[in-house]
Amino acid sequence: MIKESLLNPAEAHVQQQIGAGDYWLHRIEKGQTLRITDLEGNQAADTLFFNADDTAERYSMSDTLRGQHNVFLTAGSVLRSNDDRPMLTIVADTCGRHDTLGGACATESNTVRYDLEKRHMHACRDSWMLAVAEHPEYGLTRRDITHNINFFMNVPVTHEGGLTFADGISAPGKYVELVAQMNILVLISNCPQLNNPCNGYNPTPILVSVW
Amino acid sequence: MTTSYQTQLPAGSHWSFVMRSGSALTLTDVAGGANVGMLFYNPENLLERYNAPDTLKCQHTFRLTAGHCLYSDMGRIFCGIEADSFGWHESVCGTLNAQQTAALFGSSDYQQARNQRHQNGYDSFLVELAKYGLGKRDMAACINFFAQVRADDNGTLQREQQGAQGAEVRLRFAMDTLVLLHTCPHPLTPGGDYPRAPLGLQIDAQRAPLPEICLQRAENQRGLRNNALYQLQGEL
Ligand SMILES: [Zn+2]
Repeated sequence: MIKESLLNPAEAHVQQQIGAGDYWLHRIEKGQTLRITDLEGNQAADTLFFNADDTAERYSMSDTLRGQHNVFLTAGSVLRSNDDRPMLTIVADTCGRHDTLGGACATESNTVRYDLEKRHMHACRDSWMLAVAEHPEYGLTRRDITHNINFFMNVPVTHEGGLTFADGISAPGKYVELVAQMNILVLISNCPQLNNPCNGYNPTPILVSVW
Repeated sequence: MTTSYQTQLPAGSHWSFVMRSGSALTLTDVAGGANVGMLFYNPENLLERYNAPDTLKCQHTFRLTAGHCLYSDMGRIFCGIEADSFGWHESVCGTLNAQQTAALFGSSDYQQARNQRHQNGYDSFLVELAKYGLGKRDMAACINFFAQVRADDNGTLQREQQGAQGAEVRLRFAMDTLVLLHTCPHPLTPGGDYPRAPLGLQIDAQRAPLPEICLQRAENQRGLRNNALYQLQGEL
């Protein structure tokens, strides 16, 4: 569902550009608003959310899908935790659909999906591993890296049960905006994927804003 | 030496076992209506676990059936679905916790109902995980066997069928695998009476490689190459 935001970018506390292949690990407080903007279009922001006060509680694909009986995320979606509690609500969305089935790219799954010799190519899971290694203060480890959201990705399911990676429905300047229902750690990998036609083989920067 | 083992699990129970590479696990929906939630871990490195998104996207599928392989987050194949008379198993809806189970079926604890209590899949997984030093942080999206869940063009999820009397699925393991399972209700079960369908379980130890049906996709051939590379490391 397309819904525009009323917030003024000039009033954001945080405005930070994240290059493709980089991560962003940041704490936001309950009640704050996070906006992720796809600056150049058809980029994927592979995102994990944790309860900042107890990181064993984190975004759960299954609880979110079961809660809304739908595989897509858009304005109105409530992102639920593994304790089945609301973590964030999507309050604005100019893209219209975001994926949570496809998971993140990894050097290991790239060998299966594309070629055994693609192992050396940079992938989202490696960005997350670097993030947890560089920020021991949050107490996150590999055990905490689970199923994520791919903002701006379109992964439809067919009637026969197929999974398709459709062309992007995003475009330059499209954004998604979320309000935190608890104190949240946000961990984004701005996807460096060079094997998937969805991004035209051209990973591009995103912008994160916090109000 | 025992080369096979057969048992039956009532609904609302849980179980775990290490399956060796080449062995087979057969699940039977004895009476119709069974649900089996299942997770996989590498017993040599418990940080390596079943990854539902990788499993689905590597094979461009939302439903799992014969010919599909079930992947770890390290690009390796835990097992392949060798045979399947049901035809559709899902891997995104997860498992119900105690509150959700009570909301659907009413609360019924051990003090009231003994082993007929309304046990939930989340606690069942926690119990089995704890036996291997694992916990809540290690729980991933499981497979729900015998659950046909479709998504329409708008993405709306619908559970269309749960089990069928006599339906059978056989998993052939391609590496040593710690299997955790529960027989608690599927998350999209309509409320009402707690489902009571039992599960037939058979383990066959005689070794057989991953069958041809699981190796038709180039992706699965590459996955099996990753398994072979892992075997090259030898016993830890
Ligand atoms: Zn990626």
